[in-house]
Amino acid sequence: MQTVTFAPWNDPNEKPLIRFQNVTKKFGDFTAIGDLSLDIYEKEFFALLGPSGCGKTTMMRMLAGFENPTQGRIELSGQDIVPVPPNKRAVNMMFQSYALFPHLSIWDNIAFGLRRSDMPKNDIVDRVEEMLKLTRLEKFARRKPHQISGGQRQRVALARSLAKAPKLLLLDEPLGALDKKLRQDTQFELMDIQEKTGTTFVIVTHDQEEAMTVASRIAVMDEGRLIQVATPDRIYETPNCVYVADFIGDVNIIEGRATSVGPERYRIDWSDSLPPLTATSATPFSDGQGCHLAIRPEKVSISTERPAEADNAVEGKVLDIAYLGNLSTYHVELPGGTIVKAQTANTRRISRRNISWEDSVWLSWTATAGVLLAE
Amino acid sequence: MMRLSWFNVVSLTLGFAFLYIPMIILVIFSFNESKLVTVWAGFSTKWYGELLQNEAFLSAAWVTLKVAVMSSTLATVLGTMAAHVLVRGGRFMGRTLFSGMIYAPLVMPEVITGLSLLLLFIGIGLDRGVMTVVLAHTTFSMCYVSVVVSSRLVTFDRSLEEAALDLGCSPLDAFRLVTLPIIAPAVISGWLLAFTLSLDDLVIASFTTGPSATTLPIKIFSAVRLGVSPEINALSTLMIGIVTVGVISASLISKQNLIRQRKEERQAVRAQ
Amino acid sequence: MMRRFLLISVPYFWLLILFLVPFVIVLKISLSDTALSIPPYTPTFDWSDMGAFFRALDFENFLFLTEDDLYWKAYLSSLKIAVISTFFTLLIGYPIAYGMARAPEEWRPTLMMLVILPFWTSFLIRVYAWMGILSSEGFLNQFLLWTGIISEPLTILNTNTAVYIGIVYTYLPFMILPIYSALDRMDGSLIEAAEDLGCSRLLAFWLVTVPLSRNGIIAGSFLVFIPALGEFVIPSLLGGSGTLMIGKVLWEEFFSNRDWPVASAVAVVLLLILVIPIVLFQRNQQKQAEAEQ
Repeated sequence: MQTVTFAPWNDPNEKPLIRFQNVTKKFGDFTAIGDLSLDIYEKEFFALLGPSGCGKTTMMRMLAGFENPTQGRIELSGQDIVPVPPNKRAVNMMFQSYALFPHLSIWDNIAFGLRRSDMPKNDIVDRVEEMLKLTRLEKFARRKPHQISGGQRQRVALARSLAKAPKLLLLDEPLGALDKKLRQDTQFELMDIQEKTGTTFVIVTHDQEEAMTVASRIAVMDEGRLIQVATPDRIYETPNCVYVADFIGDVNIIEGRATSVGPERYRIDWSDSLPPLTATSATPFSDGQGCHLAIRPEKVSISTERPAEADNAVEGKVLDIAYLGNLSTYHVELPGGTIVKAQTANTRRISRRNISWEDSVWLSWTATAGVLLAE
Repeated sequence: MMRLSWFNVVSLTLGFAFLYIPMIILVIFSFNESKLVTVWAGFSTKWYGELLQNEAFLSAAWVTLKVAVMSSTLATVLGTMAAHVLVRGGRFMGRTLFSGMIYAPLVMPEVITGLSLLLLFIGIGLDRGVMTVVLAHTTFSMCYVSVVVSSRLVTFDRSLEEAALDLGCSPLDAFRLVTLPIIAPAVISGWLLAFTLSLDDLVIASFTTGPSATTLPIKIFSAVRLGVSPEINALSTLMIGIVTVGVISASLISKQNLIRQRKEERQAVRAQ
Repeated sequence: MMRRFLLISVPYFWLLILFLVPFVIVLKISLSDTALSIPPYTPTFDWSDMGAFFRALDFENFLFLTEDDLYWKAYLSSLKIAVISTFFTLLIGYPIAYGMARAPEEWRPTLMMLVILPFWTSFLIRVYAWMGILSSEGFLNQFLLWTGIISEPLTILNTNTAVYIGIVYTYLPFMILPIYSALDRMDGSLIEAAEDLGCSRLLAFWLVTVPLSRNGIIAGSFLVFIPALGEFVIPSLLGGSGTLMIGKVLWEEFFSNRDWPVASAVAVVLLLILVIPIVLFQRNQQKQAEAEQ
């Protein structure tokens, strides 16, 4: 979904829609957010990703106005919104529980926010119809929330929060209550609606796949800090630390010591008995510095014979095979006990597996396959 | 589900017999011809007729009803406010004292509550009558209301209120348009509880009332002290009848609503 | 902020004035002189002159309570009656609650309603119903004579036995409901697991069911014990002249003897006795609430 041209965060002249400036939020002695600064631009689909308790929900609630920062400033279009109460903010939120009013019909739920403004009655009717159409809920307008399915409730919640055409829409785990299949369909629907309405979306999620699918940029959070803010592909391919590499997707981490062997090329001594590995890195490492080599399993090839030309090749024994249908993941134990995962795509149907448990196999990868991380 | 053993059947049967036989006897003998309550002498509704002629009972019933309506309405307003403070109030000066004052009246012996309120009313020179009974009843029944309402508020999904604020409601509007309609069943049962407590109260009313306002329980108590009488049986039957009809229909209505809601939810899932 | 202040202060001041202040008055009168306070009497609230107020206080009325053995006998007898009737309520209530929790799911709301229904009917009427049953020519005696178990009518009404029956009967729902809700929450497979591990039915009940319903038993017992201790209606309708209960004593001290300071002192002592079970009850409720979270 990422278009080449849409990258306002790279344009120094672009004004951010939202700006967190050195924001700290404390609950008693507990620091939920610690001195955090972040810019989010108009029309972005921005994801706050992290485990529960990392502060992502607090960030969102500060944007909605349900929490106020202990220190720092939050700007919306250049204006400090900290003193503005939630009912006066041009920000709407889609709640994790959807928070649909059970005593009101779908129609009245969607109209609820519009009726609080000074919009003329006819315009309200038009706007509600428009939202019903956008979310394909025309047939259910007269029903009550308990009379529709979970997926439909999710769309009502979305329609209700979009009805007032907010500058910013906050989505708190919007798909958390749906089953996996429905969730995938809904992800694309969300992206579609975001594009159609041109609203800036900020989504909070703990599901990395969901963040990768929908977001233009992802902020990975942990313990109230931003760990990395980047586009999904950069987060995946060039994580800036072991935490991010480990949090997003599957990864092999090999710990060792780096020694420079050429321009941006390093030798990694990682085992007493096995030969050193080779990896490239744009970030410099001093000789003897401790490092972690992070390699995605799909970038590790597995073969029964020693590959002729490979930057790195190690021999090991197959411990486990996980057959996932489209993919197979091999868990290979190297001498010394390290376990490395290798993944292959099952491109042929019922090909006779030539690798089995206890087999001795070779794992290989190129010098550019992995990322060298300091911590 | 486990099979009901003979032991369970016997204990349930005996238990409910114990709970209901006294009341059933009471009802049956309200239709007794004889003045003697314990000897059956043929069917008659004459005691009901006499009851309706009895000015003293009728006026006492009227006073009781007035007191109950006023005190339960006032108690519902105050109790709902108190519940909101308990559940949502956050921290404020004297919070512990406040919650203590909410829970203490629930376990306070009525004689103490009655005595202390009487001494207050005398102390501030308030004439005892309907007004003082209303004040007394409101005070103890607001605590019951606040317990009922706060147990509902605790499970109330707070994001509903936040959604209302988020969509532009002022806090008061959010309460009026979202919270109140949803917690209405709890508020109504709080009112009913307060109403019944007020109808039922003898001790506190005896302390706090004056000669001008005799409530029905006071009247019944003074009549009953002299022994059983068929007229009281008839009155009791009427009261039991009203309560039974009320409780049964309330539970039927709520059961029907629940069944309907479940059915609609199932349909919604299937339609998906 | 104004709104929040109003929301808090209205119920707060209501309770302060109509609940807390009256207690202070009771305390004050219990510490004042009898002669001055016998009605017609208008207590003078000289809050400004605190010194004189405290000088005027004495413990005469409390000393009086210890001198006249009527009072401590009444306290002891109330405690005894409350303990015994709580025990019998538990004995009768537990099997009913247990049977309800084991009953088929679709019966349970109806059984619940049958337990709650008496609670909504007038307390006075429920006590009154027993007067006709327990009197010497009442239904119980008629029935027992008819079956031939007894040959002479028993005297039950106007004895302590009638008071026990009255308390058990009127407070039974308070015992059943908390025990039922504890048993209802219990996972039925726990009993099966205990039996699977070699317990007999009875042993499984004793080792699993009873401990798991402990909080319900405690809550129910306090809900019966606390009001039973200060009970007035039951001893005055079903009890006899020999039935001493403190609620009745207080009532008579106030309405018949018109000795307000002594009545107030009786109330203060009753309250002091009740503080212990009330605090224990609160702690049990709190523990339970925490366990549920």
